[in-house]
Amino acid sequence: MAEPTQDGRKIGGTLLEVKNITLSFGGVKALTDISFDIKEGEIRAIIGPNGAGKSSMLNVISGFYHPQQGEVWFRGQKRASMRPYEVARQGIARTFQNIALFKGMSTLDNLMTGRITHMHKNLFWQAIWKGPAEREEIAHRERVEHIIDFLGIQAIRKTPVGRLPYGLQKRVELGRALAAEAKLLLLDEPMAGMNLEEKEDMCRFILDVNDEFGTTIALIEHDMGVVMDLSDRVVVLDYGKKLADGTPNEVRNDPAVIEAYLGVGH
Amino acid sequence: MLYRESGDFKTSYSADQQTFPIRLDRHMVYGILAFAFLVVPFLINDYWEKSVLLPFLVWAMAALGLNILTGFCGQVSLGTGGFMAVGAYACYKLMVAFPWLNMFVVVILAGLITAMVGVLFGLPSLRIKGFYLAVATLASQFFLIWLFNKVPWFYNYSASGMIAAPERTLLGIPVTGAEAPPWMTYLFCLTLVTVFAFIAHNLVRGRIGRSWMAIRDMDIAAEIIGVPPLKAKLSAFAVSSFYIGMSGAMMFALYLGSAEPSDSFGIAKSFLVLFMIIIGGLGSILGSFLGAAFLTLLPVLLKNIMVGGFGWPPDLAAHLELLLIGALIMFFLIVEPHGLAQLWRVTKERLRLWPFPH
Repeated sequence: MAEPTQDGRKIGGTLLEVKNITLSFGGVKALTDISFDIKEGEIRAIIGPNGAGKSSMLNVISGFYHPQQGEVWFRGQKRASMRPYEVARQGIARTFQNIALFKGMSTLDNLMTGRITHMHKNLFWQAIWKGPAEREEIAHRERVEHIIDFLGIQAIRKTPVGRLPYGLQKRVELGRALAAEAKLLLLDEPMAGMNLEEKEDMCRFILDVNDEFGTTIALIEHDMGVVMDLSDRVVVLDYGKKLADGTPNEVRNDPAVIEAYLGVGH
Repeated sequence: MLYRESGDFKTSYSADQQTFPIRLDRHMVYGILAFAFLVVPFLINDYWEKSVLLPFLVWAMAALGLNILTGFCGQVSLGTGGFMAVGAYACYKLMVAFPWLNMFVVVILAGLITAMVGVLFGLPSLRIKGFYLAVATLASQFFLIWLFNKVPWFYNYSASGMIAAPERTLLGIPVTGAEAPPWMTYLFCLTLVTVFAFIAHNLVRGRIGRSWMAIRDMDIAAEIIGVPPLKAKLSAFAVSSFYIGMSGAMMFALYLGSAEPSDSFGIAKSFLVLFMIIIGGLGSILGSFLGAAFLTLLPVLLKNIMVGGFGWPPDLAAHLELLLIGALIMFFLIVEPHGLAQLWRVTKERLRLWPFPH
């Protein structure tokens, strides 16, 4: 199945598929009959105007919302209705549109919390600390230090994240999601509110994560330049319906998309 | 300049994440512990035991417990007095039913029983948050006190409705009852508090502590990162109640010697412990000790100064003492809303630079 892209990355079979998702809150339909798939190793963008249902879609995937109709298939299996922490245990990590870091904890602790699904020593060993719990802690600390290195945030390792500037907080949040070593990474507007330089850094991180670790990434982003440059395929939502799905070029030239974004005289 | 970490290099992660990473801190703590274990027992008398050291240790244990729940996991509880009563009554029943049982085992078992009760009353926390949870835990406070007053089985049908600690020995020396020497009760409590303070630190620095703090700081993000809210909250309730139960058992068996639910474990005690951790510092082990010291030792000190030093009448001193403590609480909370532990942290940062401004 694997077909190399122009830049030599491998894109494999379907990792996650949503089928005919319909989600409504009372009388408001947030999503209507949405289907699309995310292939292993690709960068998949979800775009659309405000209120299109992008974040709702991500919330369905990460288990916050339970759709009235439709199915989510992950790694070839239909997923039962799950709580978000069970989804995390399956290997899906995400970041939030408005930063959701643990403000009272240091950068290091935030990243270590990202590894929580991989840590298992029980209360008893934790209480004793010396021995198994400490060994586990150090093993995971090494993994986390790699990510700290990768993101270049060594200097703020022990700073409480509440004191960090916005751009760095976004970076730490990406780090926390990376620490989970998930199969699928969901990024909800990773570049919102950043300046050009920070955006470029973030793009580089996203490409490197995808390239070096082979992590599949689904992202929501409003900056069209970024979306078109980064993503392999794009799905366009508007008013909870799917408008288009395809490569950046196909989507860019789709009349329905142009109409939704630019408006067309009738 | 006085207090610095430069030159104190860490070459391994285990050295970097040790309990007291700064050498001066480490030596200070070891020094205090050595003094408390090796010197104080020879100096202690009845007055120091009953008025100063035991209350401090007992309340420090309770503050540690509540700090785990409120400071680290963010769940406000006003049921501390009730849980202390559970620990005290469990301790009493165990002492009477199994006279041969080692007192350390009795206190720890009393803690475990309280932990189970705590989990039960922690269940509403899955649905209720913040102030509403505080009100829900208030119900546990009143229910438990009512229970211990109403059901004679708990106080073994004694005519007065009180429970009194029978004499138990440890290595042949009485540790409870009227005959227990001050140094024995003191060492018993000190050992428990020291061991469990280190255990509390171990818990909060590892996986479990992080899952508590994640729930405290941002519960939605915690769940998405893989923290099961049910497990995190209930384990916080369990561990917290375990500590509070042990403190209740110590208070009854070693400090007071006898207890009566409404007086010894009333709602005022719940507030007292809550104030201790707020003044000491939420989410800080050191803060639990500082808060307990502030609210148990300061009144004794003030009383000694006013009655013993100035020779003022005791009733006047008692009122002035309340005024002064109230004023000091306000003063410290205005100067540093994050408690005495934060004040200490800031002082340390200043000391590192002193005498230079940057």
